[in-house]
Amino acid sequence: MDAILLQLLNGLDKGSAYALIALGLTLIFGTLGVVNFAHGALFMIGAFCAVTLSKIFTLSHKATEPSGTDFLGNPKFDDVLYVKDWFGETVGAWLLDWSVPLAILFAIPIMLAIGFVMERGLIKHFYKRPHADQILVTFGLAIVLQEVIKYFYGANPIPTAAPEAFRGSFDFGILLGFDPNAIIYPYWRLIYFAFSALIIGGVFAFLQFTTFGMVVRAGMADRETVGLLGINIDKRFTIMFGIAAAVAGLAGVMYAPINSPNYHMGMDFLVLSFVVVVVGGMGSLPGAVLAGFLLGILESFASMNEVKDILPGIDQIIIYVVAIIILLTRPRGLMGRKGVMEE
Amino acid sequence: MSFSNLTRRGVIKTGAVAGAGLALPTYLSAAAHSGFTNAPTGDTVTLGFNVPQSGPYADEGADELRAFELAVEHLNGQGDGGMLSTFSSKALEGNGIMGKKVQFVTGDTQTKSDAARASAQSMIQKDGAIMISGGSSSGVAVAVQGLCQEAGVIFMAGLTHSNDTTGKDKKANGFRHFFNAYMSAAALAPVLKNLYGDDRKVYSLTADYTWGWTQQESIQAATEAMGWETINDVRTPLAATDFSSYIAPVLNSGADILVLNHYGGNMVNSLTNAVQFGLREKQVNGKNFEIVVPLYSELMARGAGKNIAGIVGSQNWDWKLENEKGDRYKGTNAFVKSFGEKYGFPPSQAAQTCYAQTLLYADAVARAKSFNPCAVVEALEGYEFDGLGNGPTLYRAGDHQCFKDVVVVRGKENPENEFDLVEIVEVTPAEQVTYPIDHPMFAGGELGDCNPGA
Repeated sequence: MDAILLQLLNGLDKGSAYALIALGLTLIFGTLGVVNFAHGALFMIGAFCAVTLSKIFTLSHKATEPSGTDFLGNPKFDDVLYVKDWFGETVGAWLLDWSVPLAILFAIPIMLAIGFVMERGLIKHFYKRPHADQILVTFGLAIVLQEVIKYFYGANPIPTAAPEAFRGSFDFGILLGFDPNAIIYPYWRLIYFAFSALIIGGVFAFLQFTTFGMVVRAGMADRETVGLLGINIDKRFTIMFGIAAAVAGLAGVMYAPINSPNYHMGMDFLVLSFVVVVVGGMGSLPGAVLAGFLLGILESFASMNEVKDILPGIDQIIIYVVAIIILLTRPRGLMGRKGVMEE
Repeated sequence: MSFSNLTRRGVIKTGAVAGAGLALPTYLSAAAHSGFTNAPTGDTVTLGFNVPQSGPYADEGADELRAFELAVEHLNGQGDGGMLSTFSSKALEGNGIMGKKVQFVTGDTQTKSDAARASAQSMIQKDGAIMISGGSSSGVAVAVQGLCQEAGVIFMAGLTHSNDTTGKDKKANGFRHFFNAYMSAAALAPVLKNLYGDDRKVYSLTADYTWGWTQQESIQAATEAMGWETINDVRTPLAATDFSSYIAPVLNSGADILVLNHYGGNMVNSLTNAVQFGLREKQVNGKNFEIVVPLYSELMARGAGKNIAGIVGSQNWDWKLENEKGDRYKGTNAFVKSFGEKYGFPPSQAAQTCYAQTLLYADAVARAKSFNPCAVVEALEGYEFDGLGNGPTLYRAGDHQCFKDVVVVRGKENPENEFDLVEIVEVTPAEQVTYPIDHPMFAGGELGDCNPGA
């Protein structure tokens, strides 16, 4: 029982990352009709916003007095952090410790700007082109973004720690009447789950309860009619692209302490997220979220030793097996609408 | 007139046949010098360095390339000479190799076997490379070693740790300076027993490919021989990034040791996940829960950050060896000085093995007085040397594996900088990690005969 509960928590956690990325993908597909293969790269850039802010906070100058000798026997001058110079020891240390949560504020304008530039500079030229062209150009863009990050940050993963206060684990075992330490789960992963739920809820509320969201939903349903009513739907869709980029970026920022960011992490998530979108139903926002959590949980259960003893290797193919079954029984996905990608 | 049948035409014919006959030994002896692939003809000789320049191991490849450049510099008599001054052999004089200036070409393995073979082939066929070195994966090493055997050039392996490279996949034209999975396990076992006792239950996660399998087999055999029990070994996909689903079952498995047979990004992520799940603070069976990573590099330690603190593993070499363990490891400081002054930071173990391999190849040519791969193979087989930073070392003739001391390390609790992440716990003498040539973990495959190529 404790093992099942642990894998359920794991599934919800994995699912929240899938759901966040799939949500952004669906927002872009639903509004602009573009299949954006660069979306994983936006997730990766978000994680590197956390890395960058942490690097900014560790900018330093050399001390004036040597503190010993370096590995070659030359005098060694310690690094003195600028944040500690400017804000004092306590505030400087706090900024450094809280660099990941602070990177949320840092990442929002950056991701919005990247989203706008991507949409206006490249993707808008491909609106009327076939989906195959869109996939090729966005995939190419993903590779370019990946290589740019590798050029500046190297290929090695860069550790980016969560604040000290959230580095431990929460003991669910005691809470649920199990033995102590039977079900423990890292604080930061719980925070990631809560954060994802907040972002997903926020996006839905924005689309459901604001005038802007109403216009966007109307545009998603019938772009031409909304345009004929004198509303500049293109401008709104560009803003939605920026918001989708920001959602992917924030997912990346918060993911940085879970696994050390590297330039390739976007690609690792991209393929799975596309499966999530297809299983959820192309263009369906609730479908993307539902499929994200569903596949995350199934993947976690498939990794259990008891399951692998019966079906060896199932953990590596479960997502694709489920995708095949769902697409055979419901060809438009769990919540897909008629007419999407069927022209 | 008894010699009246001696005609002008007859004299010319006889002269031509005699001339050809006299010239024959010269022709044959010339063939002996050039009858091998890419025999150097001018005043230069070309070496091919095949390292990952893109993909997840690009940083490791960059460090290997730095070491190769430094080795070429030293061979050509530039710089401070590095380990040439400490190397036990004095055949190299800083005038290239046998008087021919050394130049090099580079290839990108991308850490993919097919890409590595393609780039090695291009360096051999188009650039005329006479020796191929480098790489940071056993899959790549085995593939390129096979190619070099077919092409008739020497392969001086870079970072490859699978038992198979000098086990079932060994080749006469291939040589490995780096240690292997068996040696890691043999060196680690006594240290682990000393640190954690002889009554432990092990749960291991193993990367599902050749290196992971041989690493797991080796560590299981070595730890079970000292009394530990392996309660589960779970194979994890190489493409896995989040290991939480594999770590969670460890919590209530009854194990008190987790062995991570992972390398590179896999290891960084699995170790990070294990620490996040509180395994380092856990108490099981009345003992502190411990994590062991049989092989890790400085770059992986950097990727894992603070999570590497206290984690025991093994290395082929460490830049602090000579300072901490004395003269036995001479050459270390000379290399660190050359490398550090040129690049501004200490070299990794990948850099050291690539530097040593280049010098060992050049030295073998100089001692054999021939670039012919078969002469080089003969010069390296059974060769005993010292002064390249690892202490006295033997290139065993039967499998082309180097036998030398193994460094057992532990992640530092409070590193002074990003290059000082591990402390040396112990150096295990070569005798303790030496195994018979017919050891079951290395069974299968034949070294075969050297191939000089065309």
